[in-house]
Amino acid sequence: MPLPQAFFALIRRDLVLALRRRSEMINPLLFFILVITLFPLGIGAQPQLLKAIAPGIIWVSALLAAMLSLDSLFRSDFDDGSLEQILLSSHPASVLVLGKVIAHWLVTGLPLLIVAPLLAVFLGLPGHSVGILLLTLLLGTPVLSLIGAIGVALTVGLRRGGMILSLLVLPLYVPVLIFAGNAVEMAGTGLPVDAQINILISILLMALVLAPWPTAAALKMSIN
Amino acid sequence: MDTQRQLFLEGAGLSCIRDDRVLFEGLAFELYAGQVLLLEGENGSGKTSLLRIICGFREPDSGKIRWCGDAVNDSRFYTQMAYIGHLDGIKKELTVLENLKVSLALSKPGRYSIQEALKKVSLAGFDDALVQTLSAGQKRRLSLARLLITENYLWILDEPFTSLDKQGIALIETLMVEHCTNNGMIVLTSHHEIALHGIDVQRIHLS
Repeated sequence: MPLPQAFFALIRRDLVLALRRRSEMINPLLFFILVITLFPLGIGAQPQLLKAIAPGIIWVSALLAAMLSLDSLFRSDFDDGSLEQILLSSHPASVLVLGKVIAHWLVTGLPLLIVAPLLAVFLGLPGHSVGILLLTLLLGTPVLSLIGAIGVALTVGLRRGGMILSLLVLPLYVPVLIFAGNAVEMAGTGLPVDAQINILISILLMALVLAPWPTAAALKMSIN
Repeated sequence: MDTQRQLFLEGAGLSCIRDDRVLFEGLAFELYAGQVLLLEGENGSGKTSLLRIICGFREPDSGKIRWCGDAVNDSRFYTQMAYIGHLDGIKKELTVLENLKVSLALSKPGRYSIQEALKKVSLAGFDDALVQTLSAGQKRRLSLARLLITENYLWILDEPFTSLDKQGIALIETLMVEHCTNNGMIVLTSHHEIALHGIDVQRIHLS
C-alpha cells in the first residue's frame, strides 16, 4: 500500500497497543505528577521560592518522565520480531520510524501537556506563564521523543542499555531544557519570550527532519 | 509472465565470520523461479546467519547477494521478498485481523485476501481472537498467512515447521508447492525432512 497508508496504519497500531497495555501510558504520567507534588512538601511553606523554581521543576520532571518512557518505544517490537518486519518493508524505514515516534509522543508526551496547567497552578505559577509553559511543552516534548528515539534505537539490542541510554540522550536534552525553562521564567517577569520560542520551534523542526534517519540506521544496526 | 521468469537470486563468494569462528566461506548459489533452496546443517552452523545475510540484516564478511543481477539494497528486492524468522513478528495484544492488516499496510496486496489466507492456513473464524489466546502452532500459521496476503516472489523461511503439527506441516508444504508452481522461489532452513513433490530442491549443507 502507499506510504501514507503504511505510516498511519503504524500509528494506529501503536495507539491501539498503548490502549491495551495502559501501564506504559500511565507510568510516565504518574511519575510526572508525583515528582511535582513532592516538591512543595520537601521545600516547605515558601510560596515565593516555589513560584521561582516552578518552571525548572516542571521541565525537569517532564524531561525525566520522557526518559522513563523511552525504552518502551522499540522494546516490544524488537523482542517479538515486528521490528524486522517493519525494516523489511519496501517503504523508507525513516518515515515508518517517524510514525512510531509520533504515536509514542501522543501516548506519553501529550498526557503531560494535559495535566501540566493544573500542576503549574498548584506550584503557584502566574496565569500568563502557564500559557507559555504549555507552549514550551508542546514544542519541547516532541523533541525529547525524537532525540530519545536515536538513543533507544542504539541501545535496544543491549540487555542493560538503560544507563548508556541516559548518558547518550541527556546531554542532547539540555538545550531544550535551557530554552524552555528560561522562556517560562521570563514570561513570569513579563519580559518577551519570542526568541526562546523561535529557537524551540527551530529545534523541533530540525529534530523532525534530522532525527528519523539516524534512528532508522541505528535500528538496522541493532537487529544485526 | 516473462519478467517473472527472469527473477533470480544469486549469492557469490559468501563468507560469514562470527567471533573469530568461520561459519562458511566461498559459498555460492543460484536460485531461479520455481526452485527451493534448502539449507541444512547442525545447530550453530550458520543457517540463520546466511538467511539474515540474504535479508540484508547482516553484511556478509565477503561476497555479494544479487537479486536479478542487482545488489539487494535497491528497494525492488524488498517489494518482492518476505521473511519469517525465529520470531513470529506478530503482536500478541492485537487480534489476528489487526495483525494481518498492519502487514498488508507495510507491503503490497498479494494473491489472496485476508479472509482467503486465513482459510488457507485453517485459522478461519479466528479474525477477532487476540493473538495471545492462540497456541504456538496457530501463531506460526498466522505468521505464515502473511506470506499469502502480500505480494512476493521470494520466501525466506527460518525453520517454518517449528511448533506445527502433522497437518500443519502438510499444509505449509502444499502452500510451498503452490508458491513454486506460480513462479515463486523459497529459501528455507529446516530440521524436518520436507516433501515437495515435483519441485526442484537444491540443498546446501553447512558444516
